[in-house]
Amino acid sequence: MIVADRKPIEEIIDELKDFKSILIAGCNECVTVCEAGGKKEVAVLASSLRMYFMNQGVDVRIDEVTLERQCDHEYLEEIRNVIDRYDAVLSLACGVGVQFMAEKYFSTPVIPGVNTCFMGVTEERGVWSERCQGCGQCILARTGGICPVSRCAKRLLNGPCGGSSNGKCEIDADLPCAWQLIVDRLKELGRLDEYELLAPIKDWSTDRAGGPRKVVREDVRL
Amino acid sequence: MRLQYPGTIRIIRVPCTGKVDVIHILRAFEKGADGVYVVGCMEGDCRFVRGNLRARKRVESVRRILDKVGIGGERVQMYNLSSGDGPRFAEFAVEMTEKIKSLGPNPLKAARWKMAS
Repeated sequence: MIVADRKPIEEIIDELKDFKSILIAGCNECVTVCEAGGKKEVAVLASSLRMYFMNQGVDVRIDEVTLERQCDHEYLEEIRNVIDRYDAVLSLACGVGVQFMAEKYFSTPVIPGVNTCFMGVTEERGVWSERCQGCGQCILARTGGICPVSRCAKRLLNGPCGGSSNGKCEIDADLPCAWQLIVDRLKELGRLDEYELLAPIKDWSTDRAGGPRKVVREDVRL
Repeated sequence: MRLQYPGTIRIIRVPCTGKVDVIHILRAFEKGADGVYVVGCMEGDCRFVRGNLRARKRVESVRRILDKVGIGGERVQMYNLSSGDGPRFAEFAVEMTEKIKSLGPNPLKAARWKMAS
């Protein structure tokens, strides 16, 4: 999932202080799972902001909605009939949702309420960590299912660097060395001989180096 | 026991303090409550294992929010007692009432009145 983290309320207040009617829009997908922008977080933020503005003696209308997704037309269409009632939308979706809403409702300011961090997993309740950088050419089949692009600080493709010690990365003593994990797993799978195979130079044009990316599937287009 | 405690308190019963969420406490303040306290079982004695520990974290979270929005985090408090300890319950009620009296009413009430007039 896409992992996001809540923005400080001070920053949100600063962005919203000039608006008189605000719609806080949550998203039922990834940001709900990482507890940053789901229905619960929308309710808590809306209540907090209502109290803040009322305490300041400022009359601001703050309404709440949580859409199934903010990265699809069909769900964003659900607010078409009400969006004109608001001066601004505070979207608690990831950066994708914020942008898609801004594209769709061109004359309404859409403000992000979370910081979008990475694609990752829930290690345990309250702990999320990165697993994928969307490089566009997956090499997990060759690396024991552990991604050196997202988990190695240097994105090395042919074994660890000299900064790997006792299975940890030199940038952080708590961070496992991705290549140590890869070697351990290949050994477990009985495929350690694959570690000897040289990975050719990776084509980074499918990564961000090639500019904004797009997938077009003619077989499923209508 | 026929214990006396201040009549200023409205008791909301929940099956476990783990049921109490951040939004429940915030809504109480939004509606004008001067203070909220959550009384759970002793830590380590929760029938649902972690209900009262979850409640404590949520109370701390509300406290931070109230500080940031200008209501004052000291208006919310977590207490723990054994279910058989009635006198302690009355003590908490007195303690919290005195604390809230010294803090004064919820500032939102004055702000709402000012905006209405």
